[in-house]
Amino acid sequence: MVGKPEPVNGTATAKTGPSPSPATSMSGLKPDLLNNLSFKTLKLKTKQQELLIRVSILCLVYILAFITRLFSVLRYESMIHEFDPYFNYRTTLYLTEKGFYDFWNWFDSESWYPLGRIIGGTLYPGLMVTAALIYWTLRFLSFAVHIREVCVLTAPFFASNTTLVAYFFGKEIWDTGAGLVAAALIAICPGYISRSVAGSYDNEGVAIFALLLTFYLFVKAVNTGSLAWALASAFGYFYMVSAWGGYVFIINLIPLYVLVLLITGRYSMRLYVAYNCTYIIGMLLAMQIRFVGFQHVQSGEHMAAMGVFFLMQVFYFLDWVRHLLSDTKMFQAFLRITVTCAVGIGAVALGVGTASGYISPWTGRFYSLLDPTYAKDHIPIIASVSEHQPTAWSSFMFDFHILLFLFPAGLYFCFKRLSDATIFIVMYGLTSMYFAGVMVRLILVATPAVCLISAIAVSATIKNLTQLVRAKNKVPQTGSTKGGSSTKGSSKGSVDQSQPFQRNGATVLLFGAFYLLSKYATHCTWVTSEAYSSPSIVLAARGAHGNRVIFDDYREAYFWLRQNTPPDAKVMSWWDYGYQITAMGNRTVIVDNNTWNNTHIATVGRAMSSYEDEAYEIMRSLDVDYVLVVFGGVTGYSSDDINKFLWMVRIGGGVFPVIKEPDYLVNGEYRVDKGAAPKMLNCLMYKLSYYRFGELTTEYGKPPGYDRARGVEIGNKDIKLEHLEEAFTTSNWIVRIYKVKPPNNRW
Amino acid sequence: MGKASTSSTTKDALVLFDSLRSAYSATPTTLKIIDLYVGFAVFTALIQVVYMALVGSFPFNSFLSGVLSCTGTAVLAVCLRIQVNKENKDFKDLPPERAFADFVLCNLVLHLVIMNFLG
Repeated sequence: MVGKPEPVNGTATAKTGPSPSPATSMSGLKPDLLNNLSFKTLKLKTKQQELLIRVSILCLVYILAFITRLFSVLRYESMIHEFDPYFNYRTTLYLTEKGFYDFWNWFDSESWYPLGRIIGGTLYPGLMVTAALIYWTLRFLSFAVHIREVCVLTAPFFASNTTLVAYFFGKEIWDTGAGLVAAALIAICPGYISRSVAGSYDNEGVAIFALLLTFYLFVKAVNTGSLAWALASAFGYFYMVSAWGGYVFIINLIPLYVLVLLITGRYSMRLYVAYNCTYIIGMLLAMQIRFVGFQHVQSGEHMAAMGVFFLMQVFYFLDWVRHLLSDTKMFQAFLRITVTCAVGIGAVALGVGTASGYISPWTGRFYSLLDPTYAKDHIPIIASVSEHQPTAWSSFMFDFHILLFLFPAGLYFCFKRLSDATIFIVMYGLTSMYFAGVMVRLILVATPAVCLISAIAVSATIKNLTQLVRAKNKVPQTGSTKGGSSTKGSSKGSVDQSQPFQRNGATVLLFGAFYLLSKYATHCTWVTSEAYSSPSIVLAARGAHGNRVIFDDYREAYFWLRQNTPPDAKVMSWWDYGYQITAMGNRTVIVDNNTWNNTHIATVGRAMSSYEDEAYEIMRSLDVDYVLVVFGGVTGYSSDDINKFLWMVRIGGGVFPVIKEPDYLVNGEYRVDKGAAPKMLNCLMYKLSYYRFGELTTEYGKPPGYDRARGVEIGNKDIKLEHLEEAFTTSNWIVRIYKVKPPNNRW
Repeated sequence: MGKASTSSTTKDALVLFDSLRSAYSATPTTLKIIDLYVGFAVFTALIQVVYMALVGSFPFNSFLSGVLSCTGTAVLAVCLRIQVNKENKDFKDLPPERAFADFVLCNLVLHLVIMNFLG
């Protein structure tokens, strides 16, 4: 927040030819730098001063990007957040303990019981390998760090690196000023921070860095036409593929970009070199990741890239022939024959490939990106995740703040100065904005583009304004400081008179820009500290006296599991908690967040929504020893299993028609009070959540059994369990663990 | 009529090829060598595809690495050809030595990866 205004300041000076005054104001922030270098004594030239300012701004932004993500460590502790990061942490731990080969060949029998999971072949190893490399490097340099600290700080570290990439990208598409602003904007943009705070040890943390790096290198390759940059871009793509499934965005955006250039007639030899080298080597490198495997030649999502590859060969071959032939008429004939052949062969190949099942059709996830309503109708397991919901306007505002308004302005500047690079960033911005609207989590992908385009707007505007302010005007100032007076002045029709108004107007607008940017910085810091820094595994709330209350029930429960259950015990819970149970509780789970087997999840959903004796049969067949449910009725924690219950019913009912959603509904609603459906009041999930809850008074002045999460008195207070018994309930009742009793003796 | 039209198209094709050949003969020898190399690589890739169609693609990674090796080589050679061709204005600043070094580097990476993938 403190560092925010400087980049803007520096940008303005960087392009308008910096004078010594901003240089000294910059150096005031770094007194020792001033003492050591002392601009005046060294007599640095303007260029060198600019370089120095630029480097120091970049350093500050680099540090800022790191420290603004440390709120969560300061507020809570150095811990891994949320759900997926626990799996990543567990695999990283395994990697550092057992080495790479064991990690690559790891068959995990602790999850998806009784199926198990081939970890090495079903994950993106980029994040784990990166963290392990950092860990080994630090160990080699004899820093005795724990792997957990490395994992916690990986995301902020890569966010810092992303700012550097953003700087170079901005420099490539516009100028150094835009690069600096882009670096500063992306350093604190909430859309990116939401996924890269310390402890959020997830694929996206490194993937955004890889994504931006790939794009930057590709644009660089297109601009220079150099094979070396194209090769670097292929390696960036490889890193992206190894880190995150979002690489599909790259493999579709780049061909789209090439296609647009071809259609608009902006193609060049540089484009040919850049795209073909990147595609061939990138594809080959991507195939080395086992989880991706042959998808680049077999799945429908990757066919666009291949099609564009062949199209490009044909296109450039024709171009070459045209270059050879002087006779246009002859070339026309040749063109007709070749195009017919090429289109025919392409269509036949695609048709045969699709018909024979060699090319797999688009997956549901891909469809759900193109059509936001697809998942809701067809894939409940995708629709059930809150971060897969369509984005609300408020969350755009929350995550982008002023960038949302600067984005169109930046687009305007891009269109005003069209080049290969600006076309790329415009396409990246527009497509990713669409995807950000489809899914909340894809705001993350849009963030770098939005930052870059907004940076162009900010930089170009400030540059114009400062030029106006610095311009020597012949007429002395009239003293008027009205903001909107420039239009008034011009309406008088006299050029000489409009000049001072213009100058004042520019000053006012400049202050306005600074005001907006400082507001942005304030907003970002506030959002980071308030919204995005909670680990969600430890919950915090305000007590009655304004003090902070910490609910550490999750870790309490998992620690209990680790200490008090047999090592081979199988725990059944809804899939959200699978990763945490295996990572922290070290026990086998039936389903986890990987969600690769819908039927298995549906079986658990069916057990949870059946009557106890039916559920007992299912649990016996799955060898379940313990059942874990999350319950927020005592604390008012709203994302508990009762609120997720509709998805258990839907996913269970999607596979097993025995489960019918209307059985649980009253007037289209899930209710838990006296008016609830009888099946709801007696299903396993209800019983396990509310067992003994009827005896408890949760809030003063309310009857016993008052559910604070839903604000109702529960409908079934007299719950008897037949086949299960309560094993453990945490201090705030958030996690409840039940033991499945062995079958009764037959005699 | 059909006979006349076919004979006229074959004549057109002949004229086309003649003019193509005469235009091509003006190309520098170095570029012709690269063209030969590209042609050979494409031809090898085609042979592999035909073989795959006849015999089957069972070790799919081997087939892919074979074909991609050839296409990769061909495409990289075309890139080299584009870069060293003096007629292309885009690459005036790029010395041919640098272009060749880039080409070697890319080929090295390509074939190292293919060696890994061949298994």
